[in-house]
Amino acid sequence: MQITVDHVIRFLERAAALIREHATELTELDTVIGDADHGTNLNRGFSAVVVKLDALQDGDIGTILDVTGKTLLATVGGAAGPLYGTAFRRAGALLAGRHAIEGADIAAALEVALEGIIERGRVQRGEKTMLDAIAPGVETFRSAIAEGKSLEEAARCALAAVEEGMRATIPMQATKGRAAFLGPRSIGHQDPGATSAYYIACAMVGLNVDPPSDQNEAQLS
Amino acid sequence: MVGILIVAHSERLASGVKEFADQATHGQVPIVAVGGAVDGSLGISTEAIRDGLRRVASNDGVLVLVDFTSAALSVEAVLEDEPAMRVVISNAPLVEGAYLAAVEASVGATLEETAAAALRGRDLVKVQSDRRIRYQ
Repeated sequence: MQITVDHVIRFLERAAALIREHATELTELDTVIGDADHGTNLNRGFSAVVVKLDALQDGDIGTILDVTGKTLLATVGGAAGPLYGTAFRRAGALLAGRHAIEGADIAAALEVALEGIIERGRVQRGEKTMLDAIAPGVETFRSAIAEGKSLEEAARCALAAVEEGMRATIPMQATKGRAAFLGPRSIGHQDPGATSAYYIACAMVGLNVDPPSDQNEAQLS
Repeated sequence: MVGILIVAHSERLASGVKEFADQATHGQVPIVAVGGAVDGSLGISTEAIRDGLRRVASNDGVLVLVDFTSAALSVEAVLEDEPAMRVVISNAPLVEGAYLAAVEASVGATLEETAAAALRGRDLVKVQSDRRIRYQ
């Protein structure tokens, strides 16, 4: 199966819709261990991305992802802006000029996006951040594609890994971001960044999830 | 002269720090303060950072002072598109760092010297340990 410009635009529209739908939940998670703006910030950013999508229908996948990254960077307003912004821009640079991509291209794009987040945030796994959800997803996806699994199957496995990674942030103690100020009191709360990463991954896979659970049926497109 | 960019999540916070640093240097040092997200709420606007960097940039370089890490990440992301700019993002505390950096820059110090001066803000002793206020 090939992923086209149209798929990428629909992914971004779904991501924006899921972030909007879950903005309050994301902000509430951020109220407990952060500065209470994650949902509001990301909703502002992804809403701005959606406005730009119409003008990008004739663009290539790389351009769409680059514009998405630049827009998130310019409009989100918190740490998630430079982190997601860098991730989308790195993926966009890798896929510059492409109008159709396959599993291996997506795996490579996810890999450079992940590296962008690590570099920008100087973050490691286990620090209770979005990386704890994203990294296992990227690794799972890459392995699945390398094993010759279909794009749909690889995406399904990756989403399960992202969800598991998101839940695994609950018992972690934060050492990065505003949550680190809480020290051990950050333990027991799910990381908002890992949660928004999960919703973006849901959009990528094409699931409409509310609330996150194992009960949802795949609606792959 | 080295320029100084102050980046905070609040416009009032950033402007207040600039006001303080301007007073110490009689406005001789190019200092720009940016704060707040695009809609004016608490946050960071990378467009404002980009504009601010351009306004204070010169061959002598720019020292950036930030309130929190997310401000530093935003500046770094902007700098990806500005490879020619000489910029140091300081790890100094915002108020002390901006004040010390402005004084240093005002006497014609280099970017490295200005950055070192800002970092000394981390070691300022404000209250001697033997001075206790007794509440009755």
